[in-house]
Amino acid sequence: MSPYPDAWTAVRGKPWRFLFSVWPWRSLAYLATTVPVGLATLAVLFLVLGVGLLTLVVVVGLLVLAGVPRVATVVAEVERRRLGLVLPHAIQPRSSTLRERLRAGRILPVAWPEVGYAVLLATILWVLDGVVLSFVITTPGVFLLAPWLVEIDQVAMFGWQIEGTREAWLVAVGIGLPALVVSAYAITALAAAQAALTRLLLDPQPARLAAAVAELRRSRVGLVDAFESERRRIERDLHDGVQQRLVALTMTLGRAELDVPEGPALDLVREAHQQAEGALEELRSTVRGIHPRVLTDHGLAAAVHEIADRSPVPVHTEIALSTRLPAPVETAAYFVVSEAITNVVRHSSARSAQVHAWINGGRLVLTVVDDGVGGAEVGNGTGLAGLALRLEALDGRLQVSSPVGGPTEVRMECPVDAG
Amino acid sequence: MSGRRRLRVVIAEDAVLLREGLVGILERAGHEVVAAVDDADALLAFVAHTTPDVVVTDIRMPPDHSDEGLRAAAAIRAAHPGIAIMVLSAYVADAYVAELLDSTPGGGVGYLLKDRVGHVREFLDSLDRVADGGTVVDPQVVRQLLQRRRTDGPLAALTEREHEVLALMAEGRTNGSIAEVLVVSEAAVRKHVGNIFAKLHLEPGSDRRVSAVLAYLRG
Repeated sequence: MSPYPDAWTAVRGKPWRFLFSVWPWRSLAYLATTVPVGLATLAVLFLVLGVGLLTLVVVVGLLVLAGVPRVATVVAEVERRRLGLVLPHAIQPRSSTLRERLRAGRILPVAWPEVGYAVLLATILWVLDGVVLSFVITTPGVFLLAPWLVEIDQVAMFGWQIEGTREAWLVAVGIGLPALVVSAYAITALAAAQAALTRLLLDPQPARLAAAVAELRRSRVGLVDAFESERRRIERDLHDGVQQRLVALTMTLGRAELDVPEGPALDLVREAHQQAEGALEELRSTVRGIHPRVLTDHGLAAAVHEIADRSPVPVHTEIALSTRLPAPVETAAYFVVSEAITNVVRHSSARSAQVHAWINGGRLVLTVVDDGVGGAEVGNGTGLAGLALRLEALDGRLQVSSPVGGPTEVRMECPVDAG
Repeated sequence: MSGRRRLRVVIAEDAVLLREGLVGILERAGHEVVAAVDDADALLAFVAHTTPDVVVTDIRMPPDHSDEGLRAAAAIRAAHPGIAIMVLSAYVADAYVAELLDSTPGGGVGYLLKDRVGHVREFLDSLDRVADGGTVVDPQVVRQLLQRRRTDGPLAALTEREHEVLALMAEGRTNGSIAEVLVVSEAAVRKHVGNIFAKLHLEPGSDRRVSAVLAYLRG
């Protein structure tokens, strides 16, 4: 479809792309449909008000007048749908149906913005749109059709008489085409402005905020996913590329050691072999830090055991999980443990640490506790702060409790159906 | 390298460089490489046709690049219990070792890091031990296992020297070979092994002892 999300963005975009997009046409449809809707609203309001005022003396009129907000609700519903023509992404589908809301109208306060909008539509908007439309359609229309019109009849526009086919062609190209462009802009700008006004009155702030929050959450989860798959790609590339080559190199050096006679040359080969193995070892730990393979293949429990195995501080693990967790949760949990244990080793002076994980009411709860000196903070720039952000995107959270003197507890919670 | 048995080997490794390297090393040692394939399906097909003495396989292979090698090892073992399996891995992950040992009972299995292949003599020795029905676990993996358990449980009761002996046992070495590495008498090694079995409450046995120790370490 169009590269622009709504009419207003389209107007501000590149003229060439705008003029050949769907937006002038959608705007035209929006303004054109205002006229019948406005007229109908006017008729219904007129009827309700008239009957109501006339019967006011017999009190029944009050009940009839109370129908005005109901009419406004119906009009508002129609208008919200029509808004989709120029602001396709602005409308949140309402959870309740029109009928339910009409029923709720008996107990809920009158939605004055809706009533105001209905009156505005019935009195001003449709007239305005009608006038503007007839003007922006007829002006370029007449100029463009001038070459054919002069054949049939005299053509005059703004008191100017066009004579002869030649002049008519000049007018069509010189004035008609620019007028058409101006019209496209005028139509779209008016439609966008009117849509903004409609939205202001009919689309209440909380709903708009909720929509924005939902959108934001979606995009954050998307970011985390993208980040994660990138990590996996890097891990795969390193593993299948550099790591394989280094292993092959150590094999070649190993074979060379068998063939090279004892002497300085063999010493050099052996040294090269050692260096290659050192590089391989470093690469292996780098790859593990990017995305551990054992996490993908064997799940969180096995991967946490790995962390415990490598830790110089003894780590006791108790992972009570019967099934595999969703990949984003598993990854987040793994890096929480990894980061927490790293902190334990570096800063806590702890003698031991415990990792516990269990499922409680559809949420993964994971704690890392040490018997160290405490005083840890989740400040800017620490690994845990980044992990807290990542968890928030999964609707989870991370808490660190670390009074001076210890113990330090890192606790994460995360719904397991996330992601 | 004299007196070594000429083994018939099937290799499964998807990286061309490593596959060629392995073929080179094995052929130079006088073994016969009956097939060198690059995925688990081909491996299973060739093993069924050629019934080799040893299968040397990577863990991660096409099409899924997960743990095809381990699954292939289990399948081969189920169909041909006599074929020894040497798994090569890029990871020091005892989860893989546990899975491998669980799926291939009775020895004749090995789990080595790929860089171990570069230590050609050691690698060939390990291959022989596996072909003879022994169990070989990469020293680095064993070191990690021992480190984890050192602080709690019965392993804490072992002396430093007994730890060393246990680690070498886990590599599938005989008492004679352990004595050589530690530069002590074989009688001393026997004494250490006896102590280890006693402290860990294990029944003495010769061929299953590594798996027994590892099974204990896993538990």
